[in-house]
Amino acid sequence: MDSDLSPQDKKDLDKFIKFFALKTVQVIVQARLGEKICTRSSSSPTGSDWFNLAIKDIPEVTHEAKKALAGQLPGIGRSMCVEISLKTSEGDSMELETWCLEMNEKCDKDIKVSYTVYNRLSVLLKSLLAITRVTPAYKLSRKQGHDYVILYRIYFGEVQLGGLGEGFQTVRVGVVGTPVGTVTLSCAYRTNLAFMSSRQFERSAPIMGIIVDHFVDAPGGNPRPINMGQPCNYRAPDDDDGGALGVQDSQEVCTTSFSTSPPSQLYASRLSYQPAPAGGATEFNTNQGLHAGKEVGMVLAPGADVHLTVENAPNTPSSSGDEEGLLQSGEGRSVSPSDPVESLNAFTRKVGAFVNKPSNQITGGLDLPFAAFAPRGLDSEENDPMVNPPDSPPSQSPLQASLHSQGSDCSGQQDDFVMVDFRPAFSKDDLLPMDLGTFYREFQNPPQLASLSLHTSSQSMADDLDSLPEKLRVYEKNIDEFDAFVDMLQ
Amino acid sequence: MNCRSEVLEVTVEARQVEEAMLALLHTILLHRSTGKFHYKKEGTYSIGTVGTQDIDCDFIDFTFVRVSSEELDRAIRKAVSEFKDALSSDGMGQISLEFYQKKKSRWPFSDECIPWEVWSIKVNMVNLANEQERQICREKVGEKLGEKVINVVEVINRHEYLPKMPTQSEVGNVFDTSLKDVQPYLYKITYQITDSLGTSVSTTMRRLIKDTLAL
Repeated sequence: MDSDLSPQDKKDLDKFIKFFALKTVQVIVQARLGEKICTRSSSSPTGSDWFNLAIKDIPEVTHEAKKALAGQLPGIGRSMCVEISLKTSEGDSMELETWCLEMNEKCDKDIKVSYTVYNRLSVLLKSLLAITRVTPAYKLSRKQGHDYVILYRIYFGEVQLGGLGEGFQTVRVGVVGTPVGTVTLSCAYRTNLAFMSSRQFERSAPIMGIIVDHFVDAPGGNPRPINMGQPCNYRAPDDDDGGALGVQDSQEVCTTSFSTSPPSQLYASRLSYQPAPAGGATEFNTNQGLHAGKEVGMVLAPGADVHLTVENAPNTPSSSGDEEGLLQSGEGRSVSPSDPVESLNAFTRKVGAFVNKPSNQITGGLDLPFAAFAPRGLDSEENDPMVNPPDSPPSQSPLQASLHSQGSDCSGQQDDFVMVDFRPAFSKDDLLPMDLGTFYREFQNPPQLASLSLHTSSQSMADDLDSLPEKLRVYEKNIDEFDAFVDMLQ
Repeated sequence: MNCRSEVLEVTVEARQVEEAMLALLHTILLHRSTGKFHYKKEGTYSIGTVGTQDIDCDFIDFTFVRVSSEELDRAIRKAVSEFKDALSSDGMGQISLEFYQKKKSRWPFSDECIPWEVWSIKVNMVNLANEQERQICREKVGEKLGEKVINVVEVINRHEYLPKMPTQSEVGNVFDTSLKDVQPYLYKITYQITDSLGTSVSTTMRRLIKDTLAL
């Protein structure tokens, strides 16, 4: 019913909603350009800053928004949506989120248009500014570059959330009641990026499982091609998201192996190379001439300055005993080429996640290069709950299978083991290198608390009760000591 | 009227305290600041423009938006830095951002400060042993802060009580007019520290960071 609304108010309200819609689009698109936004406050009103907020108007964006609105306003059943998607350099794309500006029938007749509605719309825009930095696509968009770009599409009408995959989440930015309906602003964002990782995996057969996470790690340097292949119907003006796109590898992003550890470690073998103390990081290709255990020395000799350390792979903390062995053998001490077998023994001591138990594997390992560094998922360290999660990620199995096959021909396997380890300084600790995925998996299955196990608890309870009188007697005897202690604290 | 009270809780590492507090306090103040009022004749006023700025955190995987006002930022940083200094390495503390209105009283009584919204941020500090854990913490705290921002936005968008827009003579009772470029509602930041033994509050300090001059 517009009868209660004066013509001036109606006109104002329509104008507010129109400009609110345009500003909403600007905020969302600008938040996905990949750069930090900064606008200045101005104490003297300029008259052109809608909602008293300094939000730049990118002309192309305004043009697109007006085109989509086509002279209409968001109304009941007519929502304005901004769809944000990701498109890789290979042409694959994926919808990341959809922002919806909707109107429902719930009216607030008593509200004052020119004042309260306007101010509340202003607050809602501020909330939008805050929330656009919080959804997962923000981090992705900050890292867009030559591997992928973020695109937007504006449409008007029915909200389409089908492209967001299963399990998408919704966050409501806010609502503002008006005499003609309630304006609602919300965002539905994709959470299931897993399909990207499986694609990724098919291409490059990483040695360990892909960890699915929402948030993107800092860029590493792993240029793996992405193959998403998801059909996506959209037309998005590519140029609008140009802006200043930093060159970033977003391999980790697109692979959704959003591990917290430096990306290279995800794919690196358990063998990692410490940078020579003198220089910067020395990357070592483990494929170089590591044909048999005996030739370990050869690997080391050419790079005389390289200190070979076998460390825990990020997701695979070893048991503590092994760690000590490793620390002794590792830590910047160059392994002498003259004793390759011992070297192999030395560094197989420090076993990473995918390394079989050294005592079992040393002899066997010499036959197969890298067998010492084979996935140790099969013989899990039952004593150490930290070491291996009960469920080995499925992606391990092909590799395990290949390693445990009797393959004496190792050249094919060597190809699987091309690992280049990047070790940014201070990136991880020697003692317990673990990334988020491992951390999460491990702590999903913590060992049972001793005190919670039934048979001991009842016993101890009974014991406790029995010993109480005795304890009380002791405490009463020492009451002076306790009083003195309390006085000391005060 | 009843004062609205909201509590947010975060667990952070020592070096993340400042940024986490800045992120949350600035997010709240973004919503509770307007442009400068310029009163014209006939009791109308116009409002200045509020600019915004994205701030990346160094120790947390998080970016937050704050009002573009160096003065305001300085004031908040000062309060947060005092809070951080008072916190011990693995203690707990709480920093409160209180929005209030002044009610003028007759002499000899001083003006009353009546809070209408209080945000309390409880902080638990943890010590982490190694870089791996810190890396995990960076991301986890970033996610948590994101959730807190969503909580803040949710509360604010309920559009519950806000002080009435004041007349020119009353504006100092509702807003902090001392800043050059923006005008937040009158606020004060206080904090309390709980020492690590968990005993009751060992220090309570009140700091009035910004207040219009009381008579």
